[in-house]
Amino acid sequence: MMRYVMTLLAALMLWTHPAAAQNGPLRLELTEGVIEPLPFAVPEFVSDDSAGAELGRRIAEVVAADLTGTGLFREIPQDAFISRVTSFSSPVQFADWKAINAQALVTGAVTMDSSGKLVVRFRLYDVFAGQELGDGLQLVGTQDGWRRIAHKVADQVYSRITGEAPYFDSRVVFVSESGPKDQRAKRLAIMDYDGANVSYLTGSSSIVLAPRFSPNGDRILYTSYESGFPRIYVMDVGSAQRRALEQQEGSMSFAPRFAPDGRTVVYSMTRGGNTDLYSMDINSGAGTRLTTAPSIETAPSFSPDGSRIVFESDRSGNQQLYVMPAGGGEAQRISFGQGRYGTPVWSPRGDLIAFTKQSKGRFHIGVMRVDGSEERLLTASFLEEGPTWSPNGRVIMFTRETQGVQGSASLYSVDITGRNLREVPTGTGASDPSWSPLQD
Amino acid sequence: MNYLSKTILLCAGMALAACSNPDRFADGSGGAGGMYNGAGAGMAGSAQDPASPVYFQQTVGDRVLFAVDQSTLSSEAQATLNGQAQWLMTNSDYSAVIEGHADEQGTREYNLALGARRANSVHEYLVSRGVAGNRLKVVSYGKERPIELCADEACYSKNRRAVTVISAVPSS
Repeated sequence: MMRYVMTLLAALMLWTHPAAAQNGPLRLELTEGVIEPLPFAVPEFVSDDSAGAELGRRIAEVVAADLTGTGLFREIPQDAFISRVTSFSSPVQFADWKAINAQALVTGAVTMDSSGKLVVRFRLYDVFAGQELGDGLQLVGTQDGWRRIAHKVADQVYSRITGEAPYFDSRVVFVSESGPKDQRAKRLAIMDYDGANVSYLTGSSSIVLAPRFSPNGDRILYTSYESGFPRIYVMDVGSAQRRALEQQEGSMSFAPRFAPDGRTVVYSMTRGGNTDLYSMDINSGAGTRLTTAPSIETAPSFSPDGSRIVFESDRSGNQQLYVMPAGGGEAQRISFGQGRYGTPVWSPRGDLIAFTKQSKGRFHIGVMRVDGSEERLLTASFLEEGPTWSPNGRVIMFTRETQGVQGSASLYSVDITGRNLREVPTGTGASDPSWSPLQD
Repeated sequence: MNYLSKTILLCAGMALAACSNPDRFADGSGGAGGMYNGAGAGMAGSAQDPASPVYFQQTVGDRVLFAVDQSTLSSEAQATLNGQAQWLMTNSDYSAVIEGHADEQGTREYNLALGARRANSVHEYLVSRGVAGNRLKVVSYGKERPIELCADEACYSKNRRAVTVISAVPSS
């Protein structure tokens, strides 16, 4: 995706208050205790012309939707506003925003530069302190890219108020599904994190499974049956060009995931009915066998520093989670609760492992610390699996499938506290999400 | 706050190559992908002809079932496979793909590996009964291709299966 950056230079300008406080008193600490969403107002971004005004209205909507979607913020509806923002440069009437209890206020302006580029400026105010929170920013992009600019604005607001890294300007690759369960058609699709801008990366003539982003989001690993047998492919996101990875004759390979170096791939290969973990240099195809047990070893995921791999194995008799050195070697079991544990994924912060748990006929998405302690189940339903982390490690997206003849799969997201469970709109059935890193 | 740098690069047109035509791959096929699971599609011969793949499928029996999370062959399964082995030895021009499947009560990757175990159990048994290993291939579909859709054991028990699919065209 980097190739597109060239055409879209953007500049940040500090056009006001260069010394404004970056950490005002408005601060939302994301702890277990945060229940009451912080009220905010985002008036339509102002513009001098009607085309800009329409974009200004839509950008404000996306900013508000991003913030509201976290469950941490609450939008004050426009019809409650006392002040109308008609000029970006006019002083803010703080009393009017205080009166409706807007603790945070986001104002913005939309213009087109001489080359037709979209120029968006915004400011974030701490209403009760009566001052700006951080500096005003200017973002420049194509008009078609207005949603990304809106996500960038919301990322700034989220980070300045929570002190956390953001995640709105990100994408999700997933498997789009259609048709009944016994003839389900599957194809790779990619979208913005909020379900907008869906586009397809493959056709549906072969089963495709479990796409995974590379560390910088430029490539996708996935499993396809296009040869008649499960095999791993790597696709360039920008061009949709793909190639099959090296595979031993008579074997099946699946469950690939990149190492943080973006060059090493860890995956499962099955030979003679036995499934073990291997790693491969994606350029040379040179492989290393990491496990040699007669049990099933699959669903590997690297720690963010690349030193360790968490995976699932039924070597104890049923599926449990294990951690081993990235080059193989002795594995430590980390899951000890009742039930079966699978699809472990190391969080981008390194502190937690998300997993799927099966217990008493139900499926759960949960998190535990890297040593297996403090297990916490976040969700429960008939069938759900395959967690993926938001770039900042605060949100998990996963697949939920409903039961029976009419059963279908869709994507959900949930906060790591277990709050704010939401369905992600995808238009079609959807499974196997993989969240990209934050875009540049 | 470390991103609050003096410059922000925005590639707002990123992946426009994909966005400009969001459905380049609209093949309208809704294709199932993979092979048919013994639907009889395209199979040569009639059920009355003992040398036909249809006879293999319908009379010999093309599939064996497994217990939850297991890949061991029951005595009933072994009886079916004895018939399969005999048919394959008699009709030595045909090759076969053994498809392993799992019910939906499991995670996707694990079920792929479990389906492979089941297909391999059948493969090993047929070879032990004299079928040449190079006539047989194995593939796992995990839980991707159930044949029964209800969410209880009556359906799950039929989905936990290994199906021996005879190549419609003799391999030699």
